[in-house]
This record gives sequence, C-alpha cells and structure tokens, in this order.
Amino acid sequence: MKLVYLDNAATTAIDAEVEKFMQKCQLGLYGNASSIHKKGREAKEELEKARKVIAKSIGAKEKEIIFTSGGTEANNFAVKGVAFANKGKGRRIITTKIEHECVLNSCRWLEEQGWKVTYLGVDGKGFVSGKELEKAIRKDTVLVSIIHGNNEIGVIQDLKELHEICKRHDVLFHTDACQSYTKAELKAEWADLITLNAHKIHGPKGVGALYIKERVKISPWQHGGGHERGMRSGTENLAGIAGFAKAVELAVDDKEGKKRMAKLRDCLISELLKIPRTTLNGPRGERRLCNNANVSFAGVEGEGIVAALDAKGVCASTGSACASRSLEPSHVLIALENNPERAHGSVRFTLSRYSTKEEVKYAAKCAGEVVEKLRKISPLESERER
Amino acid sequence: MYVDKVLKRFQKPKFAGELKGADAIGEVGNVRCGDIMRIYIKVKAGKIADIRFKTYGCVAAIVSSDYLCEMVKGKTLEEAEKITAQDVVKKIGEIPLVKVHCSVLAQDALKKAIGEYRKKKQI
Ligand SMILES: Cc1ncc(COP(=O)(O)O)c(C=O)c1O
Repeated sequence: MKLVYLDNAATTAIDAEVEKFMQKCQLGLYGNASSIHKKGREAKEELEKARKVIAKSIGAKEKEIIFTSGGTEANNFAVKGVAFANKGKGRRIITTKIEHECVLNSCRWLEEQGWKVTYLGVDGKGFVSGKELEKAIRKDTVLVSIIHGNNEIGVIQDLKELHEICKRHDVLFHTDACQSYTKAELKAEWADLITLNAHKIHGPKGVGALYIKERVKISPWQHGGGHERGMRSGTENLAGIAGFAKAVELAVDDKEGKKRMAKLRDCLISELLKIPRTTLNGPRGERRLCNNANVSFAGVEGEGIVAALDAKGVCASTGSACASRSLEPSHVLIALENNPERAHGSVRFTLSRYSTKEEVKYAAKCAGEVVEKLRKISPLESERER
Repeated sequence: MYVDKVLKRFQKPKFAGELKGADAIGEVGNVRCGDIMRIYIKVKAGKIADIRFKTYGCVAAIVSSDYLCEMVKGKTLEEAEKITAQDVVKKIGEIPLVKVHCSVLAQDALKKAIGEYRKKKQI
C-alpha cells in the first residue's frame, strides 16, 4: 500500500539534501563554536553562515536571530522573556484564543505568577480584529502575541496591521510564524519578535529561532555560559542549525512551491466539499496557508476518520496533534464557532512541496468512503435521515 | 496511540448498525462530549437474542461498543447487567487511559436499553 502523507503541519519529512548536509556537519564540524581553536572556528563559521541565511529570509540583521531548540522554546522565551523584562512597565499581555499550546500555556503560567492575560476571540473565519486588539490594550500592556499562520485552520493574520496598532500604543508585538515561514510572506519589520522553526519545512526537529528586533527588552530564559549573545545559553546544535538553514534555502529557492501548493490545496478543498454536509474551516484564498485544508464532517468524529484514513494509507490529523491526547475538542475550532459537532468532526490535511495531485485526489476519495461508512453507524445521522 | 487489535476491530466491527424490530433501545451521551452511544436489543426468553449499536465517537468508543455487544449476546438480562466497564476494557486489552471512560458509556447505554425493555414488559 502506498503512503500518502498529508500531515505536514505536524511535521515534515526531512529533505535528503538537508540530511546529507547535516551528516557532513555532524562528522566534520564537531568543534564547539565558542572555542578559539581551528575546530571551534570552523563550527562558528558555519553557525554564522546559517544565521545569515535565516536573517536574510525575513529581512533581519544577523544579530537579531537567536537559535533555539524549536518553536516551543522560542515561543516560551518570547512570551516569558518579554513579560519578565518589562514587568516594571506592567503585567498585562494580550494574545488570542487560537494560539498554539506553547503560547497559551506560557500565558497561563504567567497568569499563575500574577500577570493578567486577555485572550482575543476571532471571527467565523478565524481572523483577529484590529479594533478589538486596540480596545484591549491598556497602559500596563507590555506584549501582544498573535500567531501568523494558524496550525489548525490555516488562517493568516494581517501582521502589518496588528503591528501598527501595537506600535501606536508602544506595546511589543510577537508572532508565532512556525507554520507560515517560507509559505507566506513574512517580514521582520512586521513584528518585534518572530518565532521560526525547522521541522515544518523539511528541516530537522528540535531546531528553531527567535527573531528579536534590536533594542527589544527581553530577559534570557535559559541561563548558562552566555551563548547566543547571552540570550540563550547552551552549546549550539550546529548540525541542526546548519540543516535548518539548508532547509530554508531550499524552500526559498523553490519559487513556484507556494503557488503549486495553493493550487493543490484548492483542488483538495473542492474535492472534500463534494462530500455531503462538509464545511470548510478557515478562510479561502490568499489569507489561508497554501498547504492547509481543514474541514468538518457532520455526524462523525474526527479521530475515527483519521484512524480509518490511516488504514487506507492516508496520514491526516484531527486539528492538532496534541488534541488527540486529550478529550477536549480543538480550542481553535471552538473559537471559530461554539459548535461541538463541528469541532469534533474536524479533520486537517496539510500538504508539502512534494505533494502531488494524485495524492490529493486519493485522500479526498478515501475521506468520502470513510465518512460514509462512519455515518452509517452514527446515531446522529440516523436521526437526520428520519 | 491504539494497538493493532483495537484498530482492526474498529475497521471491522461485528455489531455495528441498526437492529430492525428491536424490543428496546438505550441511548446515552451528547455531542458536547463527543460521544453518543445507542444500543438496540432483541430479547427472547429473558436472554439477549440479538444486539446492535450505533456510536458517534472516537475509535475507543466504537470498539468498546462492539466488544460489549459481543460479550452480552446470548446472556440473560441479569447477566448482561452485571458486566462492568472494567470487564469490557479487559476484553479489549490495551486502551489509552484517557479513553477508558468511553467504555463506561457503552455499558450505560445497554443498561438503559434493558431498563426500557423492562418498563415496556412491566417486569
Ligand atoms: C504554530 C506552531 N507553533 C509552535 C510549534 C512548536 O514547535 P516545535 O515543535 O518546534 O517546538 C508548532 C508545531 O509543533 C506550531 O505549529
């Protein structure tokens, strides 16, 4: 049975070229980038090369890029680091109801420490309103953190507009761009802090970066020997970082990649919507991640669909990979509309640069069969037939 | 998350569907929680002669409904009532801890169906 992997928002397969390059670094560049000798200098050189690639990809300065162990660490660092460094000014943070768990749980932890957090809602397509953001800002607000491309429903927020509002009120603006990086336009000037990671773009797992605009007040979160300009201690994961940069280069080089994915995405969405009583979650077009399709099937539960699709060789997910560990329906879907059936029945298919039309058609065909089969044994559906 | 045995059973449940001419039906759960279970029973000479289920819910919910049906078919109503959620979990084998509550629901639906049957027959 062939395998159709459409869970690229959870993670991607590492690119063979990235893997080869990493192996070379792992074996050859074993020095510690802080050492003054030859091996250290070699490692340092590769490290700074990688930093340059990442910085250039968003139009930042090299010294504004801090490498981390991934998106989770970068988000924790941004939210908690800014909160602690600016507590003299105030202890209020604004975020949204559709953030990734690592931002939400960082905020919840700060609440336990005495911070006040506002969780902005979204409209029916998942957009945050600039007006509501502006209304929520108080004198003691120090940080606004809003996800760029949403991992579940693919909605892309207007960073430029949101950042302008923050600037007017002298509030720092952070965005989690793990999902949108190299898939949607992203500029350093649109935020004060930006979270990036490697494993969503065919790079290695466990590597990420935080862009921190010059002069932004943030306290380091991981203390030690003073690596990464004192912002993030710990010997750099050189092979991982070099692999990250390689993955970025490959993604940037594939100029048609975004367009190709968007076309496939639209094909997938229209095939899925042919299945009766299916709703699209999130917006259409330019304001949706080019690789995301998320739909809800009435009368059936997402986990069953994903398990049955798996048996047919199709890898998809129920909104968020983390959600499958709890019993709660997706917080993002509930934020869109307080409709448990829609939230429980949501399935996410996410493409990569390597996805094909054939795969997309096969996945949609399987989804149709699976949904029909599960609806036959759903008590919700038999009522509707009557 | 699930072991192969559970996934196989999920793919090919033995008791899924409606039971035409059922003597009683029991249903529990709601959409909010993401689980609804409905059990249909036919009773002959005090025994469960036939049984089917319809379930809206996760893999564990569907599989435990199916195993419960298998376990109680042919049993007297009294015997069937005595089967606990733990018995069902044991029969399934491995099931993620967070999903154990699903098998409780199947049992509740069966009890409701039996209750309904008794009410109808006034026994
Ligand atoms: C939007 C978003 N933020 C953060 C993360 C966490 O990143 P990481 O897995 O690199 O820690 C993910 C993915 O897992 C994500 O999709």
